[in-house]
Amino acid sequence: MMEHIPLDFPFLAAALLVGISFYIIIFKKNLIKLIMGIAMLASGVNLFLVSLGYRAGGNAPIYTDVPEGTMVMSVPQALTLTSIVINVAVLALMLTMVIRIYRHTGSLDSEKSRKLKG
Amino acid sequence: MAALITHAPILIIAIPLLAAFLTPLIGMASSKARNAFVVVSLIFTVFLVFTLAKDVAINGIHVYTLGAASPDLSLPTGFIVPVRIILEVDGMAVFFSIIWSVVSLAAAIYSLSHIASETGQNRFFTLLLLMVMGGFGLMFTGDLFNLFVFLEIASISGAALIAYRTKFADTQEGGFKYIVVSAIASLMVLFAVGLLYGQYNSLNIAYLAQVIQYTMLDKIALALFLIAFAMKTGMVPLHLWFPDAYSVAPASITGMLVITSHACMYAAFRICFTLYGSVINAPVVGWIIIIFGLLTMFVGVTMAVYQKDVMRFMSYHAISQLGYMWVGVGVGLAVLGNPELIATYGRDAMSGGIFHILNHAMYKPLLFFTGGALFHYTGTRDLTKMGGLAHKMKWTTILYIIGTLSISGIPPLNGFSSKILIYESVYQFHPILTITGIIVSILTLASFTKAFHSAFMGAELPEYKGVKEVPRSMIIAMVILAAGIIFITLFPSLIVDSTIHPAADALIDPKPYISAVTGAIP
Repeated sequence: MMEHIPLDFPFLAAALLVGISFYIIIFKKNLIKLIMGIAMLASGVNLFLVSLGYRAGGNAPIYTDVPEGTMVMSVPQALTLTSIVINVAVLALMLTMVIRIYRHTGSLDSEKSRKLKG
Repeated sequence: MAALITHAPILIIAIPLLAAFLTPLIGMASSKARNAFVVVSLIFTVFLVFTLAKDVAINGIHVYTLGAASPDLSLPTGFIVPVRIILEVDGMAVFFSIIWSVVSLAAAIYSLSHIASETGQNRFFTLLLLMVMGGFGLMFTGDLFNLFVFLEIASISGAALIAYRTKFADTQEGGFKYIVVSAIASLMVLFAVGLLYGQYNSLNIAYLAQVIQYTMLDKIALALFLIAFAMKTGMVPLHLWFPDAYSVAPASITGMLVITSHACMYAAFRICFTLYGSVINAPVVGWIIIIFGLLTMFVGVTMAVYQKDVMRFMSYHAISQLGYMWVGVGVGLAVLGNPELIATYGRDAMSGGIFHILNHAMYKPLLFFTGGALFHYTGTRDLTKMGGLAHKMKWTTILYIIGTLSISGIPPLNGFSSKILIYESVYQFHPILTITGIIVSILTLASFTKAFHSAFMGAELPEYKGVKEVPRSMIIAMVILAAGIIFITLFPSLIVDSTIHPAADALIDPKPYISAVTGAIP
C-alpha cells in the first residue's frame, strides 16, 4: 500500500497539524484547549521528524542478519522518541498547573482566571 | 588536574545533574547536610567553570566528544562528518557559563533562608540544580538537538520553580504562562532543527555551518529560531508573559530566570553568528534585531514607570535592559560583512552589548534579591504599602542603592562602563540609537528613585515595627553579586580584555569554532 501514498503526504499532514494547533493556541480561551493545541503542535513536529527519516524500501538499522539494500539512519526516530518523552513531561506539568489554577480561581477561562495584569 | 580540565565540560553538566538526584536522599537524613551539599556542589562547579575559562583563554576552543576513545576525537576514524554528541566551549560559551555559575551559586545561597518556611524544600533544590544543569548544557552543546533538550530541561524546571509556592494563585498563573511560552518556543526550535536536518543530514552546529546554503527552508528555519529565542528572552512584542512569570517566582529563581533569558540570547547569537555566519543576510537581520531591540528598550521602561508591584516593576526594567544588548549585538551583526566597519565600531558595539549582559547579570539578580528581601518580611510586593524600611534593613538598603546606581548607568559603576561603550559605538552607526538609549537610561533612574523613595525612605510605618534585617544567607548572596559589581567597576578594562573581547571575537569569526570540530576547512 505504501507506494500509492505520495511521499510528501506526511509533510502536508504535519503542516496542517501545526497550522491548526497555532490557530487553537492563539484563539481559544479555555486552558485545557490551549494544552490540547500544544499537544497537537508537538504531534505535528514529531510527525515531521518521523517522515524526514522515512526511506522507501530501507531496512531497520539492526546489524545482525542484515538483508541487502539501504539501511535507514536512525537519528530522526531517536529524536522523535526523545521529543515525545519531553512533551509528556511538559503536558503533565501544564495539566497540574491548570488543576491548581482551577482550584484557586474556579475557572478555566483564560480571561476570568487572570490575576496578573498591567 | 590535567584530566580534570580535559573532562571539565561534561563534569560541569554532570555534577549538578548527579547532585540534583542526591539532594532529596541527603535531605531525608538532615536538611542542614542537604543545604551544605547543594552549596558545596555549586561551589565546585564554579571552580570548574573558572579553570575551564582559564584553559579556553590560553589554549583556545575546547572540544569534548562524548563516547569517543579520546575526548578530542571529534571525527571517528574514516568519517568526514561528526556523528557523536559534541560539547564545544569557546570564548562566548565560557563567558555565559561564568555568569550562570556565579548567579546560580548566589541564588542557591539566597534560597537557603528565603524558602526556609516552605514545604517541599528537597524538591526545590532538586529542581534548582536541574535548572543549573540545563543552562550549562545549553551553553556548551555543539549539537542542535541537544540545544532543544537542554532548553526544555531548563524551562520545565524553571516553570516548576516559578509555581513552587502553590498556596498563591498568581504563582500558578505565572508558571503556566512560562511553560506554555517555553513549550511553543522549544517546539519551534525542534521544527527548525528538523528543517536543517532534512537538508543536510546532520545536527552538529559546526558541520552545518560549513555546508549551509541559505535556501528558502534555511531562511524559514532561521526565522523560527529567532522568533523562538526572542520569545524566550522576552523581546517586545513577545514580552507579555515575562513580568507575570518573573514577578511571582521566589526571588532567587527570578534572579536565575534573568540568566536563562541571557542563555536563550546566547543561543540566538550562536545561531545567527556561527550557524548562519557565513551566509546570513547580515544587514537585514541586523536591522530587524536593532528595531525590535529599540522597541524592547523603550516599551520596557515606559511600562515600568507606573508599576506598583516591586518585582513587576523590576521585571519590566529587565525587559528594557535586554534591549540594550540586542541593539549592541544587532549593530555588530548589521556590519558583519564589512571588516572596516567591524574594526571601527562593530566590534566595540558587540563588546558593549556583551559587557552589558555581564553587568546586567550582576545588578539585576541583586535588585530582584533585594525585592525578595522586602517581600520576605513585609509580605507584600506593593510599593505603595511599604515605607521607612531603611530604618530596619540597612544592608538591603545599601545593596539596593548599589544596584540602582548601576542599572541607571551612573558613573563610575559598571552599568556606566558598558552603556558608554554601546553609546559611543552605535552613535557612528545611527545617532537615534544612542539618543533612545540615553532617554531610556534617564527614565530608568527616575523610576528606581521613585521606588527607592516609596520603599525605604520616610518615617517608620507602624505595621512594620517587627521588621528586622533579612537572614544572613540572603545577605551573603546579595553581597556576592554586589562584590561582582564593585570588582567590574574597579577593573573594567581587565574584564573587557580577558572575557568580553574573546567572546565578541568568537561571534565575529565563526571559523575557529567550525574547524575545531571538522578539521581544517578545505
